[in-house]
Amino acid sequence: MTDYKMHLLICGGTGCKASESDVIKERLIQLIEDLNLDEEVQVVSTGCFGFCEKGPIVKVLPDNTFYTQVTPHDVLEIVEEHVVKGRPVKRLLYTDPKTEKHVSDSKGMEFYKKQIRIALKNCGFINPENIEEYIARDGYQALGKCLTELSRDEVIKEIKDSGLRGRGGGGFPTGLKWEITKNVENDQKYVVCNADEGDPGAFMDRSILEGDPHAVLEAMAICGYCIGADTGLVYIRAEYPLAIQRLKVAIKQAEEYGLIGNDIMGTGFNFRVELRYGAGAFVCGEETALIHSMEGLRGEPTFKPPFPSVSGYMGKPTNVNNVETFANVPVIINKGAKWFSSIGTEKSKGTKVFALAGKINNVGLIEVPMGTTLREVIYDIGGGIKGGKEFKSVQTGGPSGGCLTKKHLDIPIDYDNLIAAGSMMGSGGMIVMDEDDCMVSIAKFYLDFTLEESCGKCTPCRVGNKRLHEILDKITDGKGEMEDIEKLKELSVVIKDTALCGLGQTSPNPVLSTIANFEDEYLAHVQAGKCPAGQCKSLLRYDILEDLCTGCTLCFRNCPVGAITGERRQPHYIDQSLCIKCGACYEKCKFNAITLT
Amino acid sequence: MDTINLKIDNKPVVVKKGTTILEAASGIGIDIPTLCHMKLDDMNIENKPGGCRICVVEVNGRRNLAPACCTEANDGMEINTHTMRVINARRTVMELILSDHPFDCLICAKSGNCELQDMAHKLGIREIRYQGEQSTYREDTSPAIIRDVDKCIMCRRCETMCNEVQTVGVLSAINRGFQSVVSPAFEMNLDHSVCTYCGQCVAVCPTGALTEVDETGKVVRALSDPTKTVIVQTAPAVRAALGEEFGMEAGTLVTGKLVAALRRLGFDHVFDTDFAADLTIMEEGTELLSRLGRFLEGDKDVKLPILTSCCPAWVKFFEHQFPEMKDIPSTARSPQQMFGSIAKSYFADKLGVKREDMVVVSIMPCVAKKYECSRDEFKTNGNPDVDLVLTTRELASLIKLSNIDFKSLPNEDFDHPLGESTGAGVIFGTTGGVIEAAVRTAYEIHTKKDLPRLDFDELRGMEGIREATIDFNGLPIKIGIAHGLGNARKLLEDIQAGKSEFHAIEIMSCPGGCIGGGGQPYHHGNAEILRKRQMALYREDKNKTIRKSHKNPYILKLYEEFLGKPMSEKAHHLLHTEYFDRT
Repeated sequence: MTDYKMHLLICGGTGCKASESDVIKERLIQLIEDLNLDEEVQVVSTGCFGFCEKGPIVKVLPDNTFYTQVTPHDVLEIVEEHVVKGRPVKRLLYTDPKTEKHVSDSKGMEFYKKQIRIALKNCGFINPENIEEYIARDGYQALGKCLTELSRDEVIKEIKDSGLRGRGGGGFPTGLKWEITKNVENDQKYVVCNADEGDPGAFMDRSILEGDPHAVLEAMAICGYCIGADTGLVYIRAEYPLAIQRLKVAIKQAEEYGLIGNDIMGTGFNFRVELRYGAGAFVCGEETALIHSMEGLRGEPTFKPPFPSVSGYMGKPTNVNNVETFANVPVIINKGAKWFSSIGTEKSKGTKVFALAGKINNVGLIEVPMGTTLREVIYDIGGGIKGGKEFKSVQTGGPSGGCLTKKHLDIPIDYDNLIAAGSMMGSGGMIVMDEDDCMVSIAKFYLDFTLEESCGKCTPCRVGNKRLHEILDKITDGKGEMEDIEKLKELSVVIKDTALCGLGQTSPNPVLSTIANFEDEYLAHVQAGKCPAGQCKSLLRYDILEDLCTGCTLCFRNCPVGAITGERRQPHYIDQSLCIKCGACYEKCKFNAITLT
Repeated sequence: MDTINLKIDNKPVVVKKGTTILEAASGIGIDIPTLCHMKLDDMNIENKPGGCRICVVEVNGRRNLAPACCTEANDGMEINTHTMRVINARRTVMELILSDHPFDCLICAKSGNCELQDMAHKLGIREIRYQGEQSTYREDTSPAIIRDVDKCIMCRRCETMCNEVQTVGVLSAINRGFQSVVSPAFEMNLDHSVCTYCGQCVAVCPTGALTEVDETGKVVRALSDPTKTVIVQTAPAVRAALGEEFGMEAGTLVTGKLVAALRRLGFDHVFDTDFAADLTIMEEGTELLSRLGRFLEGDKDVKLPILTSCCPAWVKFFEHQFPEMKDIPSTARSPQQMFGSIAKSYFADKLGVKREDMVVVSIMPCVAKKYECSRDEFKTNGNPDVDLVLTTRELASLIKLSNIDFKSLPNEDFDHPLGESTGAGVIFGTTGGVIEAAVRTAYEIHTKKDLPRLDFDELRGMEGIREATIDFNGLPIKIGIAHGLGNARKLLEDIQAGKSEFHAIEIMSCPGGCIGGGGQPYHHGNAEILRKRQMALYREDKNKTIRKSHKNPYILKLYEEFLGKPMSEKAHHLLHTEYFDRT
């Protein structure tokens, strides 16, 4: 990268690609060539910058200018003004919502200020399809160090000392897992990378694989060295085509460079990596189900023990780690366990990547040190709630997690604190909800998901979640009774206590946490027949105020089911038995004559 | 450390490493309830998906409850099997299962024999607090087995039998979540699948989700039709198991009462499939000796080993899975079909009855026999040699329906001529029995000497695959035995790979042979029952005056009067068959 005077980095993540970042890149390259600047200015397609809310992103180095929501029409201006004349295009700069001022340098953006990037360090910085850019950023240095300077036990000790815990949700100490697998005697062992990211709204692993695939490959090879495996398998869902393509390119390049394959760096260590595709079942993120799926069997969990470390893929000892966990490994080896463990809280070291979504201003991918509070994430990095509305809840841990509320905002985020608060870390989904969200419906939404994604093997998950969902349905339909809330609690407790795998054991969490934190909403549905957030259609009622209605007939004409009647210039009426609560009349009325109760 | 000390319900217990909590508890008389779990000891058959969650127990220091069936006991564990937490969880799980199960117990085929019903009773379920949608699926009827999947509780026992034990691979879980169910791929009908109708899924299903096609109504109708001559044959394994349906000890021989019951039901002639088993030995034994003779003379075209062909599920298995080997099994029909064929020719002629006016009913330990009799090659002008097949269980219900007090019946003898049999015919009902019967006859025909002994202990037992070499007066004959289609597959793959050195192989589809057939009284996972039935058949053999098929006087008479000699043209036409490529 040193030969160029200027670099134009264009986000090549899935989100920005969907907004034509490919076209932007092509135009930039074309214009740069037309101006004969291609020896001075390099155009690079990178992985995700994380600030997806404002994508597509174009970043200019060395001055860190950060252009947001760039369209292909903006390309000419960027080149003419910034590249040629050195004047940033102000209208494309990020505007700080608090100060309402343009922020030119990305380092000055609130979104990035509190982030520390370890797992995402190369995302949005290098071209993931060019191994030389990875190598230039210390890539494969950690593997070289392990193979030539450190014994297997020393590497494992380093990982153990770093305090790295599994980022897939369970939080099991990574070094310990490696050590257990290493200590099982067998001629054939496997390293498996779990890239079956399935939480709704989560895209941490996808972004890492799209933006920095070599980091994962390098870490897998290091793990293979430690545990004594010569084969690595990446289990990736088939609906991640871009990540798959980048992994394929990365594997091919690493093989060409002798960094994967036989006799790596002349040390005699062999390690090859293959891809295995999943069909996108959420439960296949559970390691035993994942292994069965790779074996060509039905993707459903089996009872542990035996753990995969003892009997995994094809009955052989198998070490399964998540993408983000692996992405931390090369950095730990390069910078040392001491450095890594200086970040974070007592029991949760390093950083965590979150996919920030929902009713929040700065939707995107963030990486923060463990111990950052929810308030910092939501208000500082996330820029607060959309539309100035009031924060109501944040859901962490995906469908298995719980809904936390205002009183939890100052909890430092780590594995143990989130569990103590009734939620969990999970793989890093974080969905923010505002005053318009009905918490009973939210619980139902998550159960909808687990219901669909349950493998059906054990009774509590297969039938129990269905019954929970039916009770929630009854409540949101306005037919709930007080004993239903008790039933929800009792059944949830039994499901957690008896289900076979992590999916079932955590599936009632959204129900329990919403009852614990928002019981008043449940009571409002059941006792008063009202949905405070105005989301549950069965509990809504639209009426026309006679005094305010001018008889303009606009509501009459927009009602899709003919529930509104009335003469022109006379007050209109809504037939409640026909009304489907679509709200069309409410939105159309120009005289505020329609009430919603 | 090989032993483990733990406490269950405050009782100290010492067990071997690797023992499950369930086994450890059972050892000290604590009966933890199980539903999906099933283990046939010594037969290497175990189903423990840990799916039903009925057997959960509380383990000190553990966050959630542990399934006793698949959690290994650890040193120092303290386990409680009936705390309030456990009982509440167990009953809630049971209520959940019942909430997705039809409430038609009163008219269910499995009523009274249903493990789900028993469990609801055991757990004292009096109401179902969590009610809601019930799954509904299409009922699937085949010639032998009915799948009423609404009653499936996802215990996966059938799947274990179909995939792991039988390696047929028809039944497996499909769909996700609440829609999950065990089914053939793409929810196709069983009769479009490669199902062999071995019935092992039926044998282990804890509910009424898998049952045999009920033919008792048709039998009652035939018996009350004055224009029909209704004759019945009963397979060897039936007499060793039928008593269980009437509360008798497993392994009680009820041959005499069985005959008496059939006579009281109104059958015109009560015959024995054992007679046809003797006939099978004559044909199959002769075929073996003929192939062996040609082989020893250096004939390169002759196929060895010869495989037995008595078992219809086994026949369908190789037609689907090993069609290129369909010229290896003996061409001899099964005893059921030989009987039907002789009954509707030789015996019908004797009576002067047209075959259309004769109804042949079989009492079989098997559900595949229902399918076998419907095969086109066993019909003449559309009229089947065997009209109706009842399983042992169906016969028991017919006896109960007909107000017969089975236990107080006198012992009666079979009718002649198709009711006389030897000990060789009797042991057809157990694994190893067919080949032992064949050895007794083939030895004497080949060596022209009397056998020095009749009990071949080396051919007996419950091992899935057994082998033995029998000395035919200087000629070592290598014999293989497999029961369970998974074991059969192993021997077939050896043959395919040219690694098999056997001259003859006996194959039975069901674990234990016909005594463990899909139509037998339910064993509910108790392998001891199968062993007792096996011993009963060897006892019956021992008590027979004639124990070699070729010494059966009525068989000799049949050849003399009708067939000529074994493998004659007539015998070929009536007693042999061909196989089809079903891929």
